[in-house]
Amino acid sequence: MNYIALSYWHLAIASILILANGMISLWFRLGLEKTLAINVVRMLVQLSLIGFVLKFIFVQTSPLWTIALAVIMVLVAGREVAARLTTRLAGWWSYGIGTTTMFFISISTTLLAVAFVISPEPWFAPRYVLPLLGMVLGNTLSGISLGLETLITTLKRERTAIEARIALGHRRFEAIEQPVRQSLKTGMMPIINAMAASGIVSLPGMMTGQIMAGADPVEATKYQILIMFLIGGATATGTLLAVIASAFRLTDERARLRLDRLENAGSKNV
Amino acid sequence: MLKVEKLKVRGLAPVSFTLHRGDVLVVRGPSGAGKSLLLRAIADLDETEGEISLDKGSRSRMAPQNWRKKVRYLAAQSGWWLEDVAAHFADLNAAKRQAAELGLAAKLFDSPVAHLSSGERQRMAFVRALEDRPDVLLLDEPTSALDEQAAALMERKIQALQKEGLILVVVTHSNAEAKRLATRTLTISNGKTEFAAL
Repeated sequence: MNYIALSYWHLAIASILILANGMISLWFRLGLEKTLAINVVRMLVQLSLIGFVLKFIFVQTSPLWTIALAVIMVLVAGREVAARLTTRLAGWWSYGIGTTTMFFISISTTLLAVAFVISPEPWFAPRYVLPLLGMVLGNTLSGISLGLETLITTLKRERTAIEARIALGHRRFEAIEQPVRQSLKTGMMPIINAMAASGIVSLPGMMTGQIMAGADPVEATKYQILIMFLIGGATATGTLLAVIASAFRLTDERARLRLDRLENAGSKNV
Repeated sequence: MLKVEKLKVRGLAPVSFTLHRGDVLVVRGPSGAGKSLLLRAIADLDETEGEISLDKGSRSRMAPQNWRKKVRYLAAQSGWWLEDVAAHFADLNAAKRQAAELGLAAKLFDSPVAHLSSGERQRMAFVRALEDRPDVLLLDEPTSALDEQAAALMERKIQALQKEGLILVVVTHSNAEAKRLATRTLTISNGKTEFAAL
């Protein structure tokens, strides 16, 4: 394939752009510069390492190595769900719900794509499986954390109204029906909106990457359409599972609202 | 008959009492003493230990939604989950009749909840609490947002319900109101509870 390899000097020039973030943060006293610095470093280290890791795993082409990396990706994604919440379920619940949902949804979606759509040789071919899994995880992660954040903040904000319904004898899920629907909507909206913009406003990253690496644009768009379907389905089902599981945890069998099962992020590290 | 046995409310010594039809128990005590928590516990809104039964039915053996239809808690701050007032009521005609007794105009039902004053919302929530004809009403400061005239109507309505045979538990900060309504009083202070019959 004929693409232009980037030197580290080229990257250094582009890195000037990220300084704009830091300057805006300082200028308007947003307090983001520390998080920005840490996350830029994280991105640099993580991406550099994953380049070497993927190179190694591609050479091995062993199912064990592929599965090992897949498991690590899922675990980190689950942790990330909990980490993004400003208020989370006390104890290991946010982490547990995030990881379990992410595990079932991302693995089943990726396997579905590999088994029935792409059919690479061998079936676990890391060159296909791992990027697919990564894209599904990244998008499901956003959907789930948006959905859970909305659920928790809405339950807290609407507490008086919800408890009024409970006191009036409304059933457990009747009383929290509005927050649940709002969270599902918020979790699913970004991917639905992304479909409208894709191809005109945005040229998705994977497709652009394939094109830059010399692939036929028509073939690249087919892959992109597949990805949109995969992440659309995965985000919707993942958000649904995580929101319902959390809604169960934040109410109880006597139809009480259990906001006492929440804790502020930072009060305890998971 | 509402029978409360060794109910453990956070910050209070275990509470036991029995109320009969037509009883009005007025609960008094400083803010933060646990008055609202006691009412919430009776309505099963918080997890609490202890036995509560209404006539022959025990709280723990009744489905929660059925218990709360008989034993109804009305919070001091009213809660609304839809835009318009009317949408919160199952039987609008009955609600309008009850509302009239509290000095609320029927046209208020057609307006958005946000357009009602806090006193109007408080009385509307009271009317809503009467739906399903509960046997027990747990009223948390039912006149806190009302002017004298509206408070007088509310008191009269409470007395009418008492005559109908409801059991009422009322939290109030007003001495005069307590004297006019109570058949028994419960004073809570520093975690201790003290009953007095009138």
